[in-house]
Amino acid sequence: MNALISQLVNLFAAVMLILAFAMLSQRRVITLIHLFAMQGLAVVGATTVVAYVTHQHHLYYSALLTLVLKVFLIPFLLHRVIDRLNVKWDIETLFNIPTQMIVGIGLVIFAFNVSLPIARFSETISRGTLGIALACLLLSFLMMITRAKAVPQVVGFLAMENALFFAATSATYGMPMVVELGIALDVLVGILIMGVFMFQIREQFESLDIRHLEKLKED
Amino acid sequence: MTLSGLLSQCLALVLALVLAPLLTGWVNQWRAWLQNRSGPGLLQPYRMLHKLFNKESVLAESASPFFRAAPYIIFGCMTLACAIIPMLSTDLPLSIAADAIALVGLFAVARVFLSLAAMDIGTSFGSLGARREMLVGFLAEPALLAVLFTASLIANSTALTTIVTSLAHREFAIYPSLAFAGIAFTFVSFAENARVPVDNPATHLELTMIHEALILEYSGRHLALIEWAASLKLFAYSCIGLAIFFPWGIAEAEAPLALIFAIPALVSKLAIGGFLLALIETLSAKMRIFRVPEFLASAFMLAVIGMLVHLLLGV
Repeated sequence: MNALISQLVNLFAAVMLILAFAMLSQRRVITLIHLFAMQGLAVVGATTVVAYVTHQHHLYYSALLTLVLKVFLIPFLLHRVIDRLNVKWDIETLFNIPTQMIVGIGLVIFAFNVSLPIARFSETISRGTLGIALACLLLSFLMMITRAKAVPQVVGFLAMENALFFAATSATYGMPMVVELGIALDVLVGILIMGVFMFQIREQFESLDIRHLEKLKED
Repeated sequence: MTLSGLLSQCLALVLALVLAPLLTGWVNQWRAWLQNRSGPGLLQPYRMLHKLFNKESVLAESASPFFRAAPYIIFGCMTLACAIIPMLSTDLPLSIAADAIALVGLFAVARVFLSLAAMDIGTSFGSLGARREMLVGFLAEPALLAVLFTASLIANSTALTTIVTSLAHREFAIYPSLAFAGIAFTFVSFAENARVPVDNPATHLELTMIHEALILEYSGRHLALIEWAASLKLFAYSCIGLAIFFPWGIAEAEAPLALIFAIPALVSKLAIGGFLLALIETLSAKMRIFRVPEFLASAFMLAVIGMLVHLLLGV
């Protein structure tokens, strides 16, 4: 029974990785946000399973926090932002999506290789998933740096936070509750500030393309 | 070769030949229902085959003997493919003939012959369809191989019967790598069977058709054989998918009586699978031909990651 449950953690990790790739290949902002909410749900599932197996009660609270924040509140805020900015459809990428996929495979291989020796010293039931968490982290980072518009970059940032949280859960059964609460609050405040920024960028340049920010002077 | 092996082999072959058009009819019927049409009926593919076999076969003047031989070769390839896939029982004497890699090769042979036959006449539609078919094929093939390799890594064998035996009859376990392989396999089977996101089987619109452009010059019994082979291909892909991802209910070699339960299990699994296929086809829009490489690249990538995840997690 216990073996099956630890396999369940692996399954949730795999779902996270699939969703990370789906986000990387996604061309529509609105689907991207749905995928982000689903990834949050996978994190909630994995955290709950780890909490159940290890009887770490604080993990239940962090799972609940993730559920409220990353599955409901933040996607809701993002939906509102894109509604107001009217940027529901296309995502501009800096280089084409198949190339990103190939780079993504490279990143996954790198992450798996790096995490194998680390996982060997770990005693947790979910040690195998550290590599997957690292891969998700790198993929979200890739997504963040290859998008031209502000909204997908913010989603990339949030997905990175998801992966970090998952890495913490799988490597050490989660961070102390205070730290987790602090991070959750940071993310929430971060998303509000970024929302304001997006409106400002749009106001200044009449577009959400952050390449405009590279010009420091008005010409 | 034992008697029960021979029996299950013949049964599987006959069942594939008989049920394949029915599966196509079932999918088409559900497609029609989901689109609020009344549909042609489940038996339409059989009526179609009957009509075509009774019709005269018209050949173009410039057709070479190759053009006439191709339908028989394609039909033969698909029949053999159906014979080596463990759909009812893992006791298949013919399965020694080809493992998972050779199975992909069989599909490739059929594809090459179909494309060459389409180019043989020299019409522009034929060569257009052949090029598109080869484009889709050369991208789908590595993805299919990678999917089969993931299953082979789990079972430590590339023989399909061994894969099914080890997946179905050992203690239940969750394989995250198979989740990746499953999604990749779904993508590949849509592309290979000319279903909606890649190609629309019900259209003759010259800008988009792939499969229909290939067989435009065929008529009569040749067309019947090719249509039957296309049904067999859909059937074979469904059975590969069921055998790897939902192997429960397939009879073991030592238990010939389990065949009795294997047939309803297979039929109900195929019925559900056919419904899901029609549902996905109805929900998705056909993509531009230049998006197909991207679609298949993601399939390949998912399959490769499935293998990597297997190596990382060790399950």
